[in-house]
Amino acid sequence: MISDGVEDEEKWLAAGIAGLQQNAFYMHRALDSNNLRDALKYSAQMLSELRTSRLSPHKYYELYMRAFDELRKLEMFFKEETRRGCSIIDLYELVQHAGNILPRLYLLCTVGSVYIKSKEAPAKDVLKDLVEMCRGIQHPVRGLFLRSYLAQVSRDKLPDIGSEYEGDADTVMDAVEFVLQNFTEMNKLWVRMQHQGPAREKEKREKERNELRDLVGKNLHVLGQVEGIDLDLYKDTVLPRVLEQVVNCKDEIAQFYLMDCIIQVFPDEYHLQTLDVLLSACPQLQPSVDIKTVLSQLMERLSNYAASSAEVLPEFLQVEAFSKLSNAIGKVIEAQVDMPTIGVVTLYSSLLTFTLHVHPDRLDYADQVLGACVKKLSGKGKIVDSKATKQIVALLSAPLEKYNDIVTALKLSNYPRVLEYLDNETNKVMATVIIQSVMKNKTCISTDDKVEALFELVKGLIKDLDGTLDDEIDEDDFKEEQNSVARLIQMLYNDDPEEMFKIIGIVRKHILTGGPKRLPFTVPALVFSCLKLVRQLQGQEENPFGDETSTTPKKIFQLLNQTIEALLIVPAPELSLRLYLQCAEAANDCDLEPVAYEFFTQAYILYEEEISDSKAQVTAIHLIIGTLQRMHVFGIENRDTLTHKATGYSAKLLKKPDQCRAVYACSHLFWVDDQENMKDGERVLLCLKRALRIANAAQQMANAARGSTGSVTLFVEILNKYLYFFEKGNPQITVSTIQGLLELITTEMQSDSTSPDPSADAFLASTMRYIQFQKQKGGAVGEKYEAIKA
Amino acid sequence: MNYLIGAFKPSCNISITFSDGKSRKQVPIKKENGHTVMVPLFQSQENIAGKISIEPIQGKKVDHNGVKVELLGQIEMYFDRGNFYDFTSLVRELDVPGDIYEKKSYPFEFSTVEMPYETYNGANVRLRYVLKVTISRGYAGSIVEYQDFVVRNYSPLPSINNSIKMEVGIEDCLHIEFEYNKSKYHLKDVIIGKIYFLLVRIKLKNMDLEIRRRESTGSGANTHVETETLAKFELMDGAPVRGESIPIRLFLSPYELTPTYRNINNKFSVKYYLNLVLVDEEDRRYFKQQEITIYRLQEETS
Repeated sequence: MISDGVEDEEKWLAAGIAGLQQNAFYMHRALDSNNLRDALKYSAQMLSELRTSRLSPHKYYELYMRAFDELRKLEMFFKEETRRGCSIIDLYELVQHAGNILPRLYLLCTVGSVYIKSKEAPAKDVLKDLVEMCRGIQHPVRGLFLRSYLAQVSRDKLPDIGSEYEGDADTVMDAVEFVLQNFTEMNKLWVRMQHQGPAREKEKREKERNELRDLVGKNLHVLGQVEGIDLDLYKDTVLPRVLEQVVNCKDEIAQFYLMDCIIQVFPDEYHLQTLDVLLSACPQLQPSVDIKTVLSQLMERLSNYAASSAEVLPEFLQVEAFSKLSNAIGKVIEAQVDMPTIGVVTLYSSLLTFTLHVHPDRLDYADQVLGACVKKLSGKGKIVDSKATKQIVALLSAPLEKYNDIVTALKLSNYPRVLEYLDNETNKVMATVIIQSVMKNKTCISTDDKVEALFELVKGLIKDLDGTLDDEIDEDDFKEEQNSVARLIQMLYNDDPEEMFKIIGIVRKHILTGGPKRLPFTVPALVFSCLKLVRQLQGQEENPFGDETSTTPKKIFQLLNQTIEALLIVPAPELSLRLYLQCAEAANDCDLEPVAYEFFTQAYILYEEEISDSKAQVTAIHLIIGTLQRMHVFGIENRDTLTHKATGYSAKLLKKPDQCRAVYACSHLFWVDDQENMKDGERVLLCLKRALRIANAAQQMANAARGSTGSVTLFVEILNKYLYFFEKGNPQITVSTIQGLLELITTEMQSDSTSPDPSADAFLASTMRYIQFQKQKGGAVGEKYEAIKA
Repeated sequence: MNYLIGAFKPSCNISITFSDGKSRKQVPIKKENGHTVMVPLFQSQENIAGKISIEPIQGKKVDHNGVKVELLGQIEMYFDRGNFYDFTSLVRELDVPGDIYEKKSYPFEFSTVEMPYETYNGANVRLRYVLKVTISRGYAGSIVEYQDFVVRNYSPLPSINNSIKMEVGIEDCLHIEFEYNKSKYHLKDVIIGKIYFLLVRIKLKNMDLEIRRRESTGSGANTHVETETLAKFELMDGAPVRGESIPIRLFLSPYELTPTYRNINNKFSVKYYLNLVLVDEEDRRYFKQQEITIYRLQEETS
C-alpha cells in the first residue's frame, strides 16, 4: 500500500511536470511573438498544475521550483511589455481575469513585482494588495508556496531604509507590516496543517510540516535583513508582533521552530535589549515545546556575544540579563509541569555557562543558579535518567572549567547539594572530574574548611555510598579512581604546620571511612603527606614554650601510628610494614628513639604474625634490615634487640639461598660506615661465616636432592661482602679469610657435581677483575689487595 | 443574401448609408447565419439620417408603386419563431409610383427617435433595430433591403448604491458573512468585497463567485426562464477556518454582460445575480444568490 502511494506520487509528479512543460512551451512561443493574451493564457494553464493536492510537500516543491523558473521569464516579459508601452496598471488588472485563483495569484505577484519596480504606485500599496489577495488560498501547502513566492519576489523591493523603494509614502514600517502579515498568514496555514487529515497520519504530517518550516521562517530571515529595523522598531513592533503570533498559534512545532528562528536571525544586541519581552513569551508556550533548547540557544548566543567583546558587558549589567534569564527559567519550569529533569538541568546548565561568561566575577550568581537547580530537583530523588545526569556533570563541570580552580568552586555552597541528586556512579564520575581539575591546574588546597568541602564533593570516591554493589565495580576503574584520590591527597598542602596538621586530620577522618578496599590506596598517601610535614618540622626547634596545642612531630607520629593501624582491618600487612618502616626512619631523623622503636616493634609484630608468605617474608626482611641499618637513634640495648631479632628472622627463612642472603645482609647491621660506635667487626664476620655455612648447606641439600650442587653464586656474593668489609677496614676480615673463600669457590667450581652456570662464572670473573683492578690502583688500597693471590 | 436575391432576377441594388457613417462608432453583432458584422451604434433620441441609393441592373428598369423606408424596433421570441413584434415603427415615403431607369438616391431622416430599449441577443429572445427599405411592386412582389443597427442607452451614476451585506449559514455547520461593495455595477466595474467565515464545521474545498444571467420571456403560463452562468470565478482554494476573511475582486469587463433589463415592453426581462458557491470535500454545494443591477455607464471615449 505504502509503496504504491509513493509510486503514485512519482507518477503524479511526472504528469504535473509534463503538463507544466507543455504549457511553458506554448508560453515561450507566445513570449517570443509578443503575444500577451496567449502568454497569459498558457502561463495560467501552466500554473494550474500547482493546483494539485496529490503531492507531498517535498514533491510539490519540485513542481513549484519549475514553475518558479518559468515565472522569472514571464516577469522579464512583463517588464519588456511595459517598456513597449503596455500600461502596468492594465497588466495588473488583466492577470486578475484568470478564473482559477491559484494561477491568478501567482501571476498577480509576478506582475506586482514589475509594478513596484515601475514605481507607478507606492510599493506599500502594491505589497499590501498582494499580501491581502493571497488570503484566497486557504490550502496550507499551496498557500505556503504561494506566499513563499510572494516573499521571494518582494524581498528586494521592500521599502527599506536606503532602498530605492523608500520614499515619502513608503517607509520601513510598511516593509515590516508587509512581511509581518505574510508571516502571520503563513504561520496560520502551517499550523493548520496539523489539524487537517486523519489522526493516524499525524507522524507523516509532522514530518511534512517540518519540511515546510523554512518557508515560514524565511519571512523572519527577511525581517532580520531589513536594515531599517532599528532597536526601537524591533522592540515596539517586530518582536511583539512575531511573538504574539508564536504564542497564539498554540502549536508545538511552530513555537519551537519560530522561537529558535527569532533567536538566530536577529542581532544579539536586540535580544539583550528585549530580553524581558522575549523571555516572557517562554512560559506561555505549549508545555510540550522543547523550551530548554530554545533558551539554551539564546543563552549560548548571549554568552558568545559577551565573549566577543568586553565593551558589550556593561549592556548585560544594564539590562540585568542574569536575573531576567534566571526568572524566566524559573517560570518556564513552573509552567511546564511535565518538563523532564533533563530539561531542568539543561536550562540551569546553560544559565550557568551564561553567567560564567558574562559575570565571571559574580560567584554569587553561579551559586544562585546551582541553588535554584537544587530547588527544582528537590523532591525528585536521585536522578536516574542517564542523559540528565550527563547534563548535571556538564553543569557542575562548567565552573571548574571556567575558573580552573576548585577553590573557587568550593565557595559555591550549593555545589555539593546538586551532587546529592546524582546516582552513585555519576557521583564518582563527577568526583573524578573534580580531582582531574585539581590535578590539571595543580591547584593547592590549603585550608581545612576547603579540604572539608572538597571531600564532601568527592565523597563518592572516598567511601561506599548507599546502594552500591561491589560487583558492579570494575577492578581497573576502581584502582584508577583510588589512585586519583591518593593524588588528590598530595595536593592538599599548607606551609603552616598548624594548618597542615588540621588538613591531615580532616583527610584522615574522611579516608578512614573508606573501608578495606580503599585504605590500601589512601593510607599511604596520607602517611607520606604526614611524613612530609614531619620532615618540615624536623629542622625546627621544639616549641620552646611547650605549647600543648602546637604541632609536634610526636603528635604526628601518634596520628601516624593510629592511621597505619587502620590497615589492620584490610588486612595489608606488607604495606603496613613498609609504612611503619618509613615512619621509623622519619622518627629516627627526628631523634625520637622511643617512637622509632615503637614503629619497629609494630613492623616486627606484623612480620611475625601476619606475613607468612615466604617471598613476602624475604622482601620484608630485606626492608627491615635496610631500614634498621640506617637507624642511628637507638641506644645499644634497643639496637641489639632489634638487630638480634632481624638476624634471627633471617636465619629462619624457608629457602636456604634466601636465608644465606638475608644473613649476609645482616652483616651490615653491625658495620655502619660513618658511625664509629657501630663497627663490630667480629659480629660482621660471624654473620658472614654463618652465611657461608648456610651456602654450604644449600649446596649439599641440592646435591642430595638433585644429584648436582647448585651454582656458586651464593659463594661469590659472600666473597663480595668479604671484599667490601675488607676494604672498609674490618680487622676481622683478613687476606687469609678471603684467600680461603677463593679457594673454596675454585674447588666448588671444579667439582664434578657442580652444574655449570655461566652467570655465576661471569660474576666470579668480574669479581676477580675488581681485585686485580684494586691491586693496580696502588696506594693504600693497592697494598691491601696486593696480598690477595688471585 | 444579395446574391440569392439576385438569383431571382434581381432588378436593382439597394444600399443604405448613414450620413455620419464614417465617424460613428461601429459595434459587432452576430447575424442569424453566425457571421459577425459591424454595424453603427446609436442611442435613444438621436437623429438617424442617411441616404438610400437604388441602382437598377444594367439595362433594366424598375417600375414600382412607391419607395419607403421604415425604422423598426422588433422583439423576436425564438419559441414563437417568425413572429415579430414591432414596438417601434416609423415610415418615410421616398418616392411616388413610377419607374427608375438609373441610379437614384433618396435622403432620409428620422429625427430624435425614441429608442428606449437596447439591442439584445439573448437565449430565447432578440431585440433588434433595423432600417427596412421597400420598393413596392404590384405583380412581382416588393424588393426589400434591411440594415441593422445597434442601440445602447447609457445611465448616469446611480444616486443610491448601497453595498450588499448579508449573513447566511446553516445552523451549527457553516456561518458566513459576505459583502459586495455595491448593488449596482456598470459593465466595466469591479466587484470588491469579502467573505468572512464566522463558523466552519464542514471541510470546504473551494469557493466560487458566479455571475448568472436570468432571462425570462413571455408572461403568465407561457413564461420561459433561461439561466446562464456567464462567469465562474474562483475566490478561495482550500478549507478556511473560523475568522478567516477572503477578499473578492472581480473585474466585469472580460464578460459579455448587458445592462439589467426589467420588463421590456412586457415581453422579457434580463436580470443578473451574483451566486456565491461553496463546495465541500464531498462536492456538496452551498450557495447564496443575490441580485445585482447592471447598467451601462457612458464611456468617456465615445
